[in-house]
Amino acid sequence: MGAVLFFVAATGAVAGAIGVVVLRNPFYSVLALVGHLLSLAALFLLLHAEFVAVAQVIVYAGAVMVLYVFVVAYVGGQAEPLGPRAGHGLKAAAAVLGGMLFILLSIATLGSGLGFMDTRGAVVPPSFGSPTEIGALLLTKFVLPFEIAAFLLLIAAVAAVVLARRRGGLSAVEEQARYSAMDMLRPTYTGTMAEAVGDRRELPKSPPPEPDEDDRS
Amino acid sequence: MNSIRLFAWLTLLFPLAGCIAIALVGRRLPARGAGWLGTGALALSFASAIGALLALLDQAHDERQIVAVAWDYAHSAGIDAQLSLLVDPLSVFMILVVSGVSMLIHLYSISYIASDAGYVRFFAYLNFFVFSMLLLVLAGNFIVLIIGWAFVGAASYMLISFWYRRGTATRAGIKAFVINVLGDVGLVLGTLFIFKHVGTLDFLGTFEAARTEFAPGDADLTAGLILVLVGAFAKSAQIPLHTWLPDAMEGPTPVSALIHAATMVTAGVYLIARMHPLFELAPAAADVGAIIGCLTLLVAGTIAIAVTDLKRVIAYSTMSQIGYMIMAVSAGAYVAGMFHLMTHAFFKALLFMAAGSVIAAMAGQQNLDRMGGFRKTMPFTFGCMVIGGLALAGIPPFSGFFSKDEILLLIGDRGGWYWILYVAGYVGAFLTGIYTFRMIFRAFFGEPVPEARELEGGHLHHAEVPTNPATGEVEDTDVGFPGPEHHIAEREPTMKIAMGLLALLAIGGGVLQIPRVTHVIDHFLEPTFHDSALYERHPSDGLITFGLLLGAAVGLAGIAVAYLIWVRRPQIAVAARARLAPLHKLFVNKWYFDELIDTLVVRPARWFGAWAQQTFERVFVNGMLVGGTSGVVRAGSSAVRAAQTGFLRYYALLIVAGLVVLTFYFLMNA
Amino acid sequence: MDVGWFLAASALIFTLGAAGVLTRRSPLVILLCVELMLNAANLSLIAFARMHGNHDGQIFALIVMVVAACEVTVGLGVIVAMQRRRLPIDVDEMQELRG
Repeated sequence: MGAVLFFVAATGAVAGAIGVVVLRNPFYSVLALVGHLLSLAALFLLLHAEFVAVAQVIVYAGAVMVLYVFVVAYVGGQAEPLGPRAGHGLKAAAAVLGGMLFILLSIATLGSGLGFMDTRGAVVPPSFGSPTEIGALLLTKFVLPFEIAAFLLLIAAVAAVVLARRRGGLSAVEEQARYSAMDMLRPTYTGTMAEAVGDRRELPKSPPPEPDEDDRS
Repeated sequence: MNSIRLFAWLTLLFPLAGCIAIALVGRRLPARGAGWLGTGALALSFASAIGALLALLDQAHDERQIVAVAWDYAHSAGIDAQLSLLVDPLSVFMILVVSGVSMLIHLYSISYIASDAGYVRFFAYLNFFVFSMLLLVLAGNFIVLIIGWAFVGAASYMLISFWYRRGTATRAGIKAFVINVLGDVGLVLGTLFIFKHVGTLDFLGTFEAARTEFAPGDADLTAGLILVLVGAFAKSAQIPLHTWLPDAMEGPTPVSALIHAATMVTAGVYLIARMHPLFELAPAAADVGAIIGCLTLLVAGTIAIAVTDLKRVIAYSTMSQIGYMIMAVSAGAYVAGMFHLMTHAFFKALLFMAAGSVIAAMAGQQNLDRMGGFRKTMPFTFGCMVIGGLALAGIPPFSGFFSKDEILLLIGDRGGWYWILYVAGYVGAFLTGIYTFRMIFRAFFGEPVPEARELEGGHLHHAEVPTNPATGEVEDTDVGFPGPEHHIAEREPTMKIAMGLLALLAIGGGVLQIPRVTHVIDHFLEPTFHDSALYERHPSDGLITFGLLLGAAVGLAGIAVAYLIWVRRPQIAVAARARLAPLHKLFVNKWYFDELIDTLVVRPARWFGAWAQQTFERVFVNGMLVGGTSGVVRAGSSAVRAAQTGFLRYYALLIVAGLVVLTFYFLMNA
Repeated sequence: MDVGWFLAASALIFTLGAAGVLTRRSPLVILLCVELMLNAANLSLIAFARMHGNHDGQIFALIVMVVAACEVTVGLGVIVAMQRRRLPIDVDEMQELRG
């Protein structure tokens, strides 16, 4: 029973992964990833990590992927142009290296160390992976990573706001040309390249340029 | 014993302190304050020198060579380097002469250079120079000697190019310095030769050891001493390293008086006298010195008859008289040489001071052709010049007569081929009489020139546009050029006092060493020279009398000839110049030494420099070494730069590739 | 079920993610592939936690999830900013780092 579930979930996960990599439309890739995440949650359940599985579904598949969907909708999921621009051998090199990586990882994990370990897994009590256990550990042994993770989330939230804000406030000043009182008194064209070349003309007085209308949507 | 050491250090340190004090606060003092400060420092130094003299005389006759050590520099590699002074009769004699004459020249300069923008700088340099000269003279080992030697050369350079915006002055300074450096090299190499065998740098130790280390006529010693002589000749302006001295007249007149008449150029004479034990062990080197001295006195005398620049006549006269001194100390007449050094300092400084006064009356013009008739308007200057001239020409009873006579007497007494030098010495004396009084008669007798007429009217001549007297270039009177005011002795009391004192010394200095009558200097210098084989001399009475008479006669004859030609019948001079034109050309062009050195040394050096720059520097250094290394670096960097494609995926590929390699490595090792 | 199977699956998913990062041109999809790699690592962690019988791996996996969420936030924020400035959403176009 467990083996069957494993293979089903594993197939789903791998299929999702392949879908992410192969599908041209980014929106389909996002959907493929969602499927992958759900399969992964199933695999977690098989490994007695109930809390993590639920967290995976709610947080990852629920929140993060929704965020992705929004962004894909905003950016526009145009199909990627075909043909690599960055060097000819890149795709081939990628395939070769990817294969090598897989083989190596497999050898590393499966071949080398596992012989020493009992890979059936230790005998675990029924409450293994339950929220109680996880919660207790988070507040005692792993309280520091817990708190720091909270900080990290705060920083990420601030970063998101900063990155996505409209061009207003501080940036408006940067975009404006800096005019000081001296500029009013100086005749036009002084300090320019034209003057250095010896070509001094009188310009019509032009008003300073307005800040860019950046975002219309 | 310790008071001697104290006085010696004080003599040395007062000018140094004066220099530093002037440099630091000179500008804040009132108008001539820096001058008085410098003179005061020198006066204190002179007082310490007298103190050292008195303290030395307190010692017993045999114990008069005292070493004062300040500290040890190093004792490494077998070299004992200490800051040590040797206080003995010879050095005390020298410090008395140096500090005394310097003090009077400082006094003179207070007014002479008064309106110059570089007034403070002048006195700082002058004090530094006196400090260096005293260091040289008081040196107790070769190291301090070489340090003093170098400092004196530097001070000379700084003072010759004092008016540094004048091209002629800076060129003259460079010329003097380069020739000086050549001498320095000779001195250092010579020291090395001697040190190699003797193993110590201390003077007294060297002289002790030399007696045992060197057989008479030793080749190494001769070679080393000839190198030392190169140094002496460069400093004392003897042939062939003399070409800098006439050009050094570009400096202000007090500089010429102090450095290039009384003190620095006598350093070579002092050197030979100090090293007399070594020179007596290598007679060949001493003979070289004597011959060069003799040659110089003749050549310089002939040139002095022909040149027309007032200061240059006196400069060549200096060269000639130093030739006498070098000849004397090389031939073993040490006391005579030092005596002549002293009297020469007196009357030559006096002559330069008087010349400075005349040049000031001419508003900076130095050409004898344009001078004349100053006798009535500048009586004091005239009187001083005549006194100095009489002393220089060797007329009794002036000091120069006795000192020059003593030299020639002792040289004649040595016999052998020294008779040639004896005769040459008297020929030189004749020439001396001629050129000295040629100068005096041309400047002071005859029709008064316009500047003299102005002075008769009570008005000192000033040029409207200041120009370089040699080239006629237009200048201004700001810093780096002579100041706007000129000062003559008749109007400045300090100049009068200084010149008056020197005149008295020039007249009366001879009494110190009248043959057969007084032996003051002889007796005083005996502790230094008693180990010399050539010291105890008793020339015959006949020779003494003959020498005295001959000396007076040739001197008077020279004056008479000069009077005849330049006062009575000037047309003789013109006719002689026409008939002896090639000879005159040779003399006026200074025997073409400048051109010779230019061809032999300067041109090849310049060609080598140009070639080195063209070929070696440009191709090898710039092209291969610099260009090569930078080219290699650039090639390497462009190879590495190829890895920075800017493509994100390419970078990600590199990360994965690195990961693969690492995993592979760890797997292999497991 | 043998824990080794889970590890093999994790390795496979990791390499697929890596291949995706190297091959795709849209930054959105590249970020998705990075998520794949992170999830593969999570799977490994949970598997080892099961094998050793303690919860450390699971806690670690939770933290990884937090980090992944933050990283996604910031990354998508960058893409949004790029879109705002009308830059092309194509990693090959951004070559300013070219030496």
